[in-house]
Amino acid sequence: MVRSLIYSITFHSILVLLTVLSLPFMLREPIDLPPIVSVELIQITDKTSIPYAPKARKIIEETKKKEEERLVSEQAPPAAKAKEKPDRIPLPNEKKEDKQIIKKKQNPEEIKPEIRQASEFEKKEIVDTNQIAALIDKAKEEEAIKQKKKDEITQSNRKNSFATGLTLSQEDALRAQIFGCWSVPLGLPYDENLLVRIKLNLKKDGTIMKSEILDHQRMNKPGQQFYKVLAESALRAVRLCQPLKVPPTGYDKWKELQLNFNPTEMLKG
Amino acid sequence: MKKLLTILILNFFLINKSFALIEIDITRGNLDPLPIAISPLHVDIKSENFEGIKIKELGEDISKIIEDNFRGTGLFNPLKKEAFVQKPDIAHLKPRFEDWRLIKAQALVTGKLLISDNKLKVEFRLWDLAAAKEITALAFTTTPSNWRRVAHIISDKIYERLTGEEGYFDTRIIYVAESGPKDQRVKKLAIMDQDGANTKYLTLGNELVLTPRFNPTNQMVTYMSYFRNMPRVYLLDIETGTQEVVGNFPGMTFAPRFSPDGKKIVMSFAKDGNSDIYTMDLDSRVVERITDHSSIDTSPSFSPDGKFIAFNSDRSGLQQIYVMRSDGSEVKRITFGNGIYGTPVWSPRGDLIAFTKMRKGKFYIGVMRIDGSGERLLTENYYQEAPSWSPNGRVLVFYRETKSGSKGEGFTAKLWSIDITGYNERRLKTETDASDPSWSSLLSK
Repeated sequence: MVRSLIYSITFHSILVLLTVLSLPFMLREPIDLPPIVSVELIQITDKTSIPYAPKARKIIEETKKKEEERLVSEQAPPAAKAKEKPDRIPLPNEKKEDKQIIKKKQNPEEIKPEIRQASEFEKKEIVDTNQIAALIDKAKEEEAIKQKKKDEITQSNRKNSFATGLTLSQEDALRAQIFGCWSVPLGLPYDENLLVRIKLNLKKDGTIMKSEILDHQRMNKPGQQFYKVLAESALRAVRLCQPLKVPPTGYDKWKELQLNFNPTEMLKG
Repeated sequence: MKKLLTILILNFFLINKSFALIEIDITRGNLDPLPIAISPLHVDIKSENFEGIKIKELGEDISKIIEDNFRGTGLFNPLKKEAFVQKPDIAHLKPRFEDWRLIKAQALVTGKLLISDNKLKVEFRLWDLAAAKEITALAFTTTPSNWRRVAHIISDKIYERLTGEEGYFDTRIIYVAESGPKDQRVKKLAIMDQDGANTKYLTLGNELVLTPRFNPTNQMVTYMSYFRNMPRVYLLDIETGTQEVVGNFPGMTFAPRFSPDGKKIVMSFAKDGNSDIYTMDLDSRVVERITDHSSIDTSPSFSPDGKFIAFNSDRSGLQQIYVMRSDGSEVKRITFGNGIYGTPVWSPRGDLIAFTKMRKGKFYIGVMRIDGSGERLLTENYYQEAPSWSPNGRVLVFYRETKSGSKGEGFTAKLWSIDITGYNERRLKTETDASDPSWSSLLSK
């Protein structure tokens, strides 16, 4: 009897101990930091996070500064696009063609049937096929330019992300993409704690399966209109950004992502 | 036993790996105004004609007002209607979200209107295009002649839903309309909608008028004019047009303002070269002296909770801004910068004080916190003053005089507005030259 009691107590305490140890917040330090990560970095971007030699450091920092400056200006393209687009006549067929382009790159199942249907419906109003072709070419070019620019934004906005499972460039690429999609509501007060955390479940092609605001109950509390506005703007940003620029490999690492939207710095500036 | 324990521990650490959720901080976004599509309101075919209203164009006209309101905020970018892919009659039922997203709109406003039995019924819906859902829908019934106000109320509701703060479109501005040369200037009291429409003149211009201010219900106005050649504070009922001199002071009274509850007027009373701050209860007519100092104390303004008064005084030599309790106790100087500070106005939010600053021959409109810290100068010019807050504490309206004529011998005075961020400075449309603006609170509150 006593023996089984001792066994029971021992096993239960082990279980409790293990549960406590296994809670995620106990693990501030990255568990496994194998040098494989840096190898991965080189494979993807040809850039490394190995500390620079003292002589080279100066030059590299200068370059980085320039890059950061450039990054600021590179935030502009979505704006210019927003200004340009209303001017041209949005042709329904273009939409269809656009989707075909996407199709080559991504998951074909993603195109919802009702969207396709809508395009078919609109097809009746086709105006000029040559014009459409020109527009498609233009769209392709724009996409290529955009892609190039995004690829350039890599080593800026440094934050060690070995623990996260994404390389710096992968994380930066994602961040830069979302920067471009997020219209920050400028009327928000700068002195309130307005951090919106969104958890995303992603498909392999970067489209969003599920998005969830982690403090969503705060949205409907009285006096939290600003939080609600910010949360909605953040959700809009991730939806507009679809498909996200995710790495081609390591789906298990990034199939769940948490984005922390914090506009405080911007609103203060 | 040991083995089992090791396996268990290892197992848990392996499980932990899956807990390491990738977090990415997004601290920047684009600062471009939010692209919004405002589809003209669909006019119901059953609508009857109403005197003086072009019913067919009414939907277009209302959406135009909403569009102008939003463009004026600097926070939104209303998209060109030529790019719209759906006609209003279809759009108001259920928009094809993907089509609207094609023109890069993030929000869409649709609606319809009907005039029957001499009543105007307006419905509108606000759609979040990325989420493909309706986020606000409201309907109003009013007299058809009120259609401009309906447009402003819709603007307020959308603004509130998209920014989280109250709108300021269904409001009026009272100001001094000026005409004639500088030495024979005619000054009349005028009132208009915040977008410059519906201007009405409240006085004839026989006497000079200055510093008009609304009471919290927007029914009464207090201002300074002349009574038997002596500057005195007046009270005017906008609806009835009745005017009266406030109080029986043996000298000149000026710079009046209502208390936040509208029951008192705070003003300056000057006698023998000294000016102090007084309040008068409008019901009991009891006058109370608030400051008692040999210097010139003027331009009082209550805090929104009514507990404090900001004013300017030259008691330290140069004119500076002070804050005291509303009974006159605990006077504290809050400005210490270089230059002269005046016309403090407490923000309706209570967190900032707007002021005019004069330094090295230039005039600045600025804001600071209520303890005088965090001073920010928003705009600089040759001559400008008298800031007044929009009811949500986001925008300031003030007036600016600029030289005119080939040799700069003349001048013009116009109303301007600026966002408290210092961006989006705009000139307000007025029929004549204008000065001393005062913004009302929301009319539909």
